Parts: sequence; C-alpha cells; structure tokens
Amino acid sequence: MTEYLIRFVIGGLVVSAFAVLGDVLRPKSFAGLFGAAPSVALATLGIAVGVHGADYAAIQSRSMMFGAIALAIYSIVVCQFLMRARMRALSASLLAIAVWLITALGLQALFPGGA
Amino acid sequence: MLVGVSLSSLKEGRWYEHVVRFALGGAATVATGLIARGFGPALGGLFLALPAIFCASATLISSHEIRRKREAGVVGVRRGQQAAALDAAGAALGSLGMLAFAVCFLLLVRHSVALAFVTASGAWLAVSVCAWWTRQHCRAALRRRAAESSRAGRARIPPSTKSYSHAGAPRR
Repeated sequence: MTEYLIRFVIGGLVVSAFAVLGDVLRPKSFAGLFGAAPSVALATLGIAVGVHGADYAAIQSRSMMFGAIALAIYSIVVCQFLMRARMRALSASLLAIAVWLITALGLQALFPGGA
Repeated sequence: MLVGVSLSSLKEGRWYEHVVRFALGGAATVATGLIARGFGPALGGLFLALPAIFCASATLISSHEIRRKREAGVVGVRRGQQAAALDAAGAALGSLGMLAFAVCFLLLVRHSVALAFVTASGAWLAVSVCAWWTRQHCRAALRRRAAESSRAGRARIPPSTKSYSHAGAPRR
C-alpha cells in the first residue's frame, strides 16, 4: 500500500512539473513536446529500479519503445480528428486512445520479449 | 520562431486544473505499477507512454483558448481545436524523444542506473527539440517557396491582364 502511495505522489509531482513547463513555454507546438514527456516513465522506472532491479526496468523500457511509437501515431490521429473531423479536444483525445492501445498491443504481440 | 516563456498562462489556469493533472499523473503511475504486477513488466512498460496526461492537457489548452475568445466576444471553438491540434503536433514530435529515452535507458540501465536516467533524459530533450526545430525550418522553407512561386506567377502575367486581375474585367 505504501509503495502505491509513494507511486501516486511521485507520479503526480513529476507529471505536474512537466505540465507547468508545457504551460509557460511558447510557441504552442514547442510546449506540446512536454505533452509527450517521459513523466510517468521517470517516476515508474525510478521505483522499478529501486524495488525490482535493473533487469525489470530494462524490460519495461523495451516495451516503452512500442508505447512511444504508438504515441506518435496517436498524436497524428488526434491532430486529424481535430482539424479534419472538427471534433472537440476531449472526445478526439479519448477516442484516439483506442488507436494507441491497438498499436501498442499489436507491436508488443509482433515483437514479444521480456517477462 | 524563437522559444519563449509566458507566465500569464499560469494566471489563466484554475486551481482545480493543477489538481486534475496531479491526480491523473499519480493515477497513471499507480495503474502502470498495477498492470506490471498483474500482467508482467513487458505489458506494464507499454503504459509508460500512455497519453493519459495528454488528454487532460489538450482539453485544458482548448478550453483556455475558447474562454479567451469568449471574453473577447468571439465564438472560439475552432480556435480551441486548432490550439489542441498544435499541442498534438508537438506531442507527435515529443514521442520521438520518448522513443530515444527508452532506447538509451534500455542500453544503459544494466551498467549504471544514474547514467541511464541522465543520458535518457538528455536524449529525450535533444531529440524532441531537434525534431521541433527541423519541422519549423521545413515549414518556413515551404512557405518561402510558395510565396516565391506565387510572386513568379504574378510576374509572368502580361501587364494588361494584371490590371484586370485586380480591378476585374473592363466594362464595355
């Protein structure tokens, strides 16, 4: 329980820090870089190394590569939903999560590895 | 285009928006840990790049833009969509940096944990900024080329036709 409480606090703090950076930076396309900052990764991998060791964190970072590729496709799809389909930001970003899930899980199934 | 800092956007934000981001960030980190425990680190690792935070950020950016336009007496829905789309374009470039982060961390974590974190974070920043800079320069070059070709097109039109193009066809 304590581990998850620590996860919550560290994750919240790192994500908030990157979000504030994204808020104050201009232009908006540059600030958007911080929307794909490895904030959750920094918090999770730090705890993973401390609790489970380097090998465990290495397996997670291998899968993170697939997640990052899926994130690139997700961001492009969100952009198209907003500009072409003229969807609202919340519905576009939530609907495109399906694209992220399919891509990430598909890549993981194509290139299985780790535990 | 130069990168700058604008603190005014912090004043525009509401206090609960920061709470939402903190809670989402914390929840995403806990969820990643739970998925890794339940289904193994390979599946859990995928969720290190989950765009949960992006959803909140894009929505907030869009609503800030709409609110700003509404205060100016304009319906700003389209502007809100454009602002969120710009953020998404930035996130697409940032995901290249995230990929670089994961590769560097994977290569170095078994040798030195501290070095892995420092190098991976540096790689994320360098790759993201380079990708953004390259995109900006490509777009500027395309815009310049388009302007030059339209200028060249106007220069090819004979002077008599040129005056019609502005004033319309002469009345007879």
